[in-house]
Amino acid sequence: MSRILEVENLRVDIPLESGTLHAVRDISFHVDKGETLCIVGESGCGKSLTSLALMGLLPTKAIRTANRLSLGGRDLKTLNETQMADIRGSRMAMIFQEPMTSLNPAYTIGNQLAEAMLRHRKVNPNEARERAIYLLEKVGITAAASRLGQYPHQLSGGLRQRVMIAMALMCGPDMILADEPTTALDVTIQAQILHLLANLQKEFEMGLVLITHDLGIVARVAHRVAVMYAGQIVEEGTVEDIFRRPMHPYTQGLLRCIPIPGKTARGAHLGSIPGMVPSLIGDLKGCAFANRCPHAFSDCNTTDVALRDASGGQRYRCLLSQEAATQNAREAATA
Amino acid sequence: MSAQTPILETKDLRCVFTVRQGLFKAKKPLAAVNGVSLQVRKGEILGLVGESGCGKSTLAKILLGLQDPTAGALLIDGKPSSSFSRIDIARRVQPIFQDPFSSLNPRKTIGDIISLPLRVHKLARRDEIRPKVLDIMDLCGLSKRFYESYPNQLSGGQRQRVAIARALIMRPELVICDEPTSALDVSVQSQILNLLTDLQKELNLTYILISHNLAVVEHMATHVAVMYLGRLVEQAPTDELFRNPRHPYTRALLDSVLTPEPGMGVPDSQLGAAFPNPIDPPRGCTFHPRCPKAMDICKQAAPTPIVSGAGADYDMVECHLYGPQEARAA
Ligand SMILES: Nc1ncnc2c1ncn2[C@@H]1O[C@H](COP(=O)(O)OP(=O)(O)OP(=O)(O)O)[C@@H](O)[C@H]1O
Ligand SMILES: Nc1ncnc2c1ncn2[C@@H]1O[C@H](COP(=O)(O)OP(=O)(O)OP(=O)(O)O)[C@@H](O)[C@H]1O
Ligand code: SF4
Ligand SMILES: [Mg+2]
Ligand SMILES: [Mg+2]
Repeated sequence: MSRILEVENLRVDIPLESGTLHAVRDISFHVDKGETLCIVGESGCGKSLTSLALMGLLPTKAIRTANRLSLGGRDLKTLNETQMADIRGSRMAMIFQEPMTSLNPAYTIGNQLAEAMLRHRKVNPNEARERAIYLLEKVGITAAASRLGQYPHQLSGGLRQRVMIAMALMCGPDMILADEPTTALDVTIQAQILHLLANLQKEFEMGLVLITHDLGIVARVAHRVAVMYAGQIVEEGTVEDIFRRPMHPYTQGLLRCIPIPGKTARGAHLGSIPGMVPSLIGDLKGCAFANRCPHAFSDCNTTDVALRDASGGQRYRCLLSQEAATQNAREAATA
Repeated sequence: MSAQTPILETKDLRCVFTVRQGLFKAKKPLAAVNGVSLQVRKGEILGLVGESGCGKSTLAKILLGLQDPTAGALLIDGKPSSSFSRIDIARRVQPIFQDPFSSLNPRKTIGDIISLPLRVHKLARRDEIRPKVLDIMDLCGLSKRFYESYPNQLSGGQRQRVAIARALIMRPELVICDEPTSALDVSVQSQILNLLTDLQKELNLTYILISHNLAVVEHMATHVAVMYLGRLVEQAPTDELFRNPRHPYTRALLDSVLTPEPGMGVPDSQLGAAFPNPIDPPRGCTFHPRCPKAMDICKQAAPTPIVSGAGADYDMVECHLYGPQEARAA
């Protein structure tokens, strides 16, 4: 397996009047060809900023630093805006939750789909058009040819979302970053789109980073999972390990929050994680999860917590020993 | 009102929009709600599920009196909705919408936002407002200190609690929740679902819960209605529907649910990609171009609803696979 994306010590800082907001705090991860990494975590924990940082699309005031950001061996840190725009158009594409952020209301679907390809690949307009139709059909849009002349506002939200997915695939990128790509869609379309992404990914050996709150999606499509909390990765491992043996108390809490068909009694209380995320302005002392953690002890408030290795390449950021964490995981699973 | 009278009932409700497909094209009718009959009884939680664009939100808006139906009847406590004033309807039926970010006015304090319905409908004296609001905030798990806060100072979950408090301040009987948790992460979702459960018990509420998340619907709902292209295609008590889905679309929906079981992959719903155009719906059964079980008759004639059971046991399916005989025998 070969690495397609490598990220080391990525930080995103946003200077605000009240201080610097450290939105992404030294995160490191990698994605191999044909691999899907899912990123999950509390709202506001820095998932979207992480993907925007990779794409070079951060808000202007945000400051990105990293020891390493490489795509297919190419160092993204040294690229200028024009070179980065070229990468975005062809090698690494992003799918946003809100399709109108990437569709231009003034141009037809057909023009927008073709444009990316004409700019970055040696094709003629006819070939670009054919590929657009092919991909629109693949994402489940009927009468694709007749849609090419339509404008984004003439399509429903679900259709726009599918157009955007087709657009991301136009140039056959090496890497796709998808931020909640199916949240607004119903489950049958969601399943079809995820199916499609998985197939295309296998076929073209694309790397995929998929950001989602939906643990069902994570379980079914991820190869590996990174769990983020307050700007840090607090746990990382294979999808089996994360679901069967979650080591971090936050991950264990997350898995208790969702109703499991056939297991959770109707109307019974679901698990919850009381309390709130700490402010991301300024430095964090101790474990970021300590104020909400059911297993916290006094050291958790004072000692900085590093990622530690568990077996099988799983890593977790917690002071609890592997034995204690495994014990908690077991109890969480039977609760 | 007898115990049997549904608190809300619709009969063959329709809502037709006229839309223009291209700049110079003629206007065409789009039946967003195309003959919906349903009943909601006190204390029930009716889960409403279906494809995006099938008309769920439009139906919700009609039930809230925010959208006039083109045809059909809406009965509240057995009486036509036209015999109620706007205030009367607002007192009985209140909404909680999906997006806690855009549905709260950023320039108003939380106290103002929650008390708005009281002030609009002049239902409380000035000096009563604050205690009423604090009361409902407490019930919804919002600390008093947020009274003077603005929405941007609250987290997503807290904002959704504000939306719930605003709906409940009118002490409605029926709350229509349109995707109440889909903008929230799972830890906040579980808090909000727990809150809705507690409030229902405490205030004897009735809910209509619109959601794409079938695990949430299965967890919360007592009854489920499945909608496809403007029509209800199946209705049944929750256990029944999940144990024995009958309509092929319901089956496809349930088959598409991604339970959190790693290694199971993404199921292939076998629905095909022939998504219908609501302006030019397929003839016969509107689901036939995607239906794995479609027969010849499905292309020609629209199926009619097959009903069995009554009251809380009411169930219905609209599909040629289920002739009247079979449904009665079952
Ligand atoms: N332009 C900005 N200015 C100031 N703060 C910002 C800006 N964009 C994001 N933030 C803050 O940075 C943090 C991380 O934001 P981000 O959008 O990455 O969260 P997320 O994990 O994607 O959350 P969600 O699950 O809700 O989408 C949040 O606390 C957010 O409020
Ligand atoms: N004001 C309107 N004018 C014209 N068409 C409309 C209007 N409101 C809704 N529609 C159309 O009516 C249909 C039903 O829309 P509705 O919003 O009720 O769907 P929904 O089931 O709530 O979808 P989702 O799950 O995506 O929220 C869609 O085809 C939509 O485009
Ligand atoms: S370090 Fe402490 S507070 Fe943090 S997750 Fe582990 S036990 Fe909980
Ligand atoms: Mg985000
Ligand atoms: Mg809707």
